[in-house]
Amino acid sequence: MIEVKNLNIHIKDAHILKDVNVTLPERQITCIIGPSGCGKTTLLRTLNRLIDSTEGVRLAGQVLVDGQDIIRSGAEITELRRRIGLVSQRPCPLPMSIFNNVAYGCRINNLCKGKELHRRVEENLRGVGLWDEVKDRLHAPAARLSIGQQQRLCLARSLAVEPDYILADEATSALDPISAKTVEDLFVKLKERYSIIMVTHTLRQALRIADHVVFMYLGEIVEQGSADQVFHHPQHELTQKYLSGAFS
Amino acid sequence: MHKTRIIKDKTAGATMLALTIFSILFVVVMFVGLYLKSVPVLEGKSLWSLLSSSEWKPIKGEFGFLPFIAGTLWVTFIAILLALPVSLFTAFYLTEYARPAVRKFVFPALDILAALPSVVYGIWGTLVIVPLISDRLAPHFVEYSSGYTMLAAGIVLGVMVIPLLVSLFIEVFSMVPRDLREASLALGATRWQTSQKVVVRKTLPGILASTVLAVSRAMGETIAVLMVCGCVMTIPKSPLDSGYPIPALIANNYGEMLSMPLYESALMFAALILFVVVFIFNLLSRIVLYRMEKRIGQ
Repeated sequence: MIEVKNLNIHIKDAHILKDVNVTLPERQITCIIGPSGCGKTTLLRTLNRLIDSTEGVRLAGQVLVDGQDIIRSGAEITELRRRIGLVSQRPCPLPMSIFNNVAYGCRINNLCKGKELHRRVEENLRGVGLWDEVKDRLHAPAARLSIGQQQRLCLARSLAVEPDYILADEATSALDPISAKTVEDLFVKLKERYSIIMVTHTLRQALRIADHVVFMYLGEIVEQGSADQVFHHPQHELTQKYLSGAFS
Repeated sequence: MHKTRIIKDKTAGATMLALTIFSILFVVVMFVGLYLKSVPVLEGKSLWSLLSSSEWKPIKGEFGFLPFIAGTLWVTFIAILLALPVSLFTAFYLTEYARPAVRKFVFPALDILAALPSVVYGIWGTLVIVPLISDRLAPHFVEYSSGYTMLAAGIVLGVMVIPLLVSLFIEVFSMVPRDLREASLALGATRWQTSQKVVVRKTLPGILASTVLAVSRAMGETIAVLMVCGCVMTIPKSPLDSGYPIPALIANNYGEMLSMPLYESALMFAALILFVVVFIFNLLSRIVLYRMEKRIGQ
């Protein structure tokens, strides 16, 4: 389980996240929703500390991943990042073959090699429904795949290092409708084994797949709870307005 | 109103096209000029004997270019061998590791280094590198060395090339999208793993192209090399031998002793060799570059 306690983030002079307190349940899809610029992506990037590469960033508060505070200095970031996979908005295949893209994470983390590595690559490509499409050209450059295939490859790559959590930052927004549907269905399937935290801009997508919803506005958490509760019985006026389409 | 801006647009296009053709034509004209000037010396001897002979006796009309070609290759090779790793790691550090404050301090310093006149590098080589080699380094390996060696020239040239290479590499590395680095980091890779396996791979064509540019630049560098290479007309057998690269040969002799028959033509032929070598080198690297880009699938 991931718990965020009193998280405040400043980037240079801007106060991006304000006293954020969130609980992200296990083996569920949590959708973080809210208008552009409300801090959804910043929150997501804090969970695997990718936020560190942002210039002039200051973090305060706690982010507990399975009870361990990852903000505290001295936290092992590479192991943390292995445990928390990321699927970004635009698919980003590494400049290598399809096979090596999936094998990359296993190799750099010294997880497995040889036959075991092959087995794991195949298993994960099958897991995202890509194996049959690419099994004859595993050593072709990944950049030659279609965008939708690339995104599934990136998902397979994240899963190959056996994470516990998957972060998805608008992972379907750059895809065509059919690919988007495929990837979305995959997430639903994956929640049996992983805790998925998803930033999404499309409310309809959140309605379809979210178990748990976090609504953010201007760097603050306005409301959070089960999908049923937030979507059908929103407590806060802002949430009601957002859901009704008064702003987006 | 409409008409004038369209006329302006067309004129601008045509002018730029003309200027572009002019610059390309310049290369062709230069080649033809050098070739025509070289004809007398080429008529006297076969191309192969000119390139493979070490005899250089202008009075007798003997012109063998092998020592000069060898000198050029030695100096360029040493320079790139020294400059490449230093530049690569510096660029890595500055793009992948350094804080913005460090970059702000280092970039101008590199620019200054790049802008120093080459004669200053030559003096530095003469006063510092040459004695260092003759007094400290050479005694370990050979009985005597004046210090004016291929190694001295290579070091000076290497240091001259470093700022150029670093700024080219930084340019190349900065083109790698942030998403790509983060894709690697998000899988648990360290920054070093990301640099090695993702950034280098992605930018291999760029690294190659930059190196070719640096090699071409190094091959043609004249003054600084001339001051420390020793200007001895033999084929250097080791980095601790003196030598005589082609640009130094031309610079030292052009304008003098031109009364000697064929001498000017021989120097023009030397320039032609340099021209052709750089040209072929660039051409080959283009081909390699093209293949590489295709393989990576960019």
